Amino acid sequence: MKLQTATRLTLLLLLAPIFLWLSILIILPHMDMFLISLHEKVGLRTYELSFANYAEFFTEPLYWNTFARTAIMSIIATTLTLLIGFPVSYYIAKMLRGRAKNFLFLLCLVPFWVSELVRTFGWMILLRESGIFSGLLQWTGLAAGPVEMLYNDASIMVGLVYTSMLFMVVPLVSTLDSLDDAQVEAGYDLGGNAYTVLRTIIIPHAMPGIVSGCIVVFMLTLGNYLTPVLLGGKDSLWFTAQIYTQFITRFNWELGAAFGFLLLGLSSLIVWAGLKLSRQTLTETMG
Amino acid sequence: MSDSSENFDLECRNLVRNYGSFAAVDNVSFGVPQGDFFSILGPSGCGKTTILRMMAGFDTPTSGDILIKNKSVVDVPPNKRPVNMVFQQLALFPMMSVAENIAYGLVRKGLGKSEITEKVNSALDRIGLPTSGGKTIKQLSGGQQQRVAIARCLVLEPAALLLDEPLGALDLKLREHMKVELKKMQDQFATTFVYITHDQSEALVMSNHVAVMNAGRFEQIGTPQELYYHPDTSFVAGFVGDSNRWHGKVVGVDKDSVKVISTDGVELLATPAGGDPLSAGGEVDIFVRPESVVLSETEDRIAGMENRIDGELVSVLFNGANSRALIRDRQTGGELDVALPQTGEFSNLSRGQHVHLGWGMTQAKAFVAKGASK
Repeated sequence: MKLQTATRLTLLLLLAPIFLWLSILIILPHMDMFLISLHEKVGLRTYELSFANYAEFFTEPLYWNTFARTAIMSIIATTLTLLIGFPVSYYIAKMLRGRAKNFLFLLCLVPFWVSELVRTFGWMILLRESGIFSGLLQWTGLAAGPVEMLYNDASIMVGLVYTSMLFMVVPLVSTLDSLDDAQVEAGYDLGGNAYTVLRTIIIPHAMPGIVSGCIVVFMLTLGNYLTPVLLGGKDSLWFTAQIYTQFITRFNWELGAAFGFLLLGLSSLIVWAGLKLSRQTLTETMG
Repeated sequence: MSDSSENFDLECRNLVRNYGSFAAVDNVSFGVPQGDFFSILGPSGCGKTTILRMMAGFDTPTSGDILIKNKSVVDVPPNKRPVNMVFQQLALFPMMSVAENIAYGLVRKGLGKSEITEKVNSALDRIGLPTSGGKTIKQLSGGQQQRVAIARCLVLEPAALLLDEPLGALDLKLREHMKVELKKMQDQFATTFVYITHDQSEALVMSNHVAVMNAGRFEQIGTPQELYYHPDTSFVAGFVGDSNRWHGKVVGVDKDSVKVISTDGVELLATPAGGDPLSAGGEVDIFVRPESVVLSETEDRIAGMENRIDGELVSVLFNGANSRALIRDRQTGGELDVALPQTGEFSNLSRGQHVHLGWGMTQAKAFVAKGASK
């Protein structure tokens, strides 16, 4: 009996930090934010409880267009990250051994020692009108005048994929690492070619890693603010920028809070749909 | 093994595989006749898995040729070779059902759906799992997984099935059972089996022919009986079956016998074996099987035998029909392994008891000792 209470106390003490962290930093602010989002400004400093802020999102095309654009761009960025990250991860996990493997893995990690802001400025130095790429093109004679490569969707995409790569490579490398080489060999031995082995053995095995990588990358991209704004400029039309505008420029916290919750709800919906499509469960993927 | 080469399902000619300056496989040649159960037996690291992987196509020989059904396959990729491999850890596909695992190769061949279903069902019947097609791999026991791994290959009707120590991961009881099962499956599917193992009993029980491999070379190819009773080299004599072993110097050579003084001072008469000429002063290894040694409580029973030793019982290692007695030579202190007759005659032996041991000259085989082979 005594032992049991002792264990229980230990457990409670161990769980206390996470409970505190969750409630003080996540749940409480979100509840407050949710209450704010339900306020409708009817007069000077007078508010009414209503869903008007949410309704505004659906009635004002700019808002949901921005959201749709953000979601689609994020899906494209996630797909691109997966397409680039998969061969890289396969190479690191299955083709390399020992030191070369650790070295390449570390190389994927190194850019993340620098803050995202600095990395994004790095891209700006490369891509801007007076930047390195532009200069190189003029020097080789491929371009007559300065070329502006910033402030378009492609540059946003480049930045997003670059920023997300690690979060795709890490789960992929760990799932591919656990794939027994004999499975791949058996796939070939029984008559499969590179494509069928990839489709029937490697990808099904890597599916939990693919899905968890995609979820993380999608969420990070959707909620990214710095990269789209810096690389896309004023026309980036990113939903987080919209939220920022509501809170900071227009000082409309009520609408901003509503947007925040819509972002949470809609992105969860997209992730759920993605899980359904790939026939994976969240516990399988994260576990 | 000197049949005409026409009947060989699988043949290796002067196969060499070097890793840097290390020769993993060093000039190995052999042929496996159709329908044969051929084992390659050797200690770990002797290069047997390398041979198998080269036959399957996962490794490329440095030189030499591999022929399947008399056609060179050295340049053929693994997925185009008419041989299939059963992996050590089986490598069943966990994300597919049992039936899908068996169907995998058939689908890759582009067979029709109904034909695949038919073949998969008949394979499931033959391995005694007719209702397990829809199960996942994890729901099967170790022995059942084994059978699925083999059936998955055999439905493709390969020229030969390559097995890489598939029983290694099983517990003892199941391993004994699977030995019989494997032999049965080979009869049932009438396919050539090439079996890799370091376990001599697996090789001896199942095979028609066994190649004993050591340090990249084949020491001897023969039937299990030939290997056991007529080993060509001291390695084979020591590796296949149990043996009592002496190292010594030749003191006299007769027409068909040698007299040897062992390093611990026993004088032994033995039959030269292995074909190498023995001469006085040469170093030899002598092997005597535990079951060749006659154990007696009285001296007269072994009076007619060329080799006699006075000993005392150290311990009895009781193991049913395979019971042994460990006996210490009174003169030298060396220990001998002696098989106990199954009649129960010696069931009352007691520790320290004085016994007499004897064995015939023909039961003791003397091989020229190879430099470092000890």
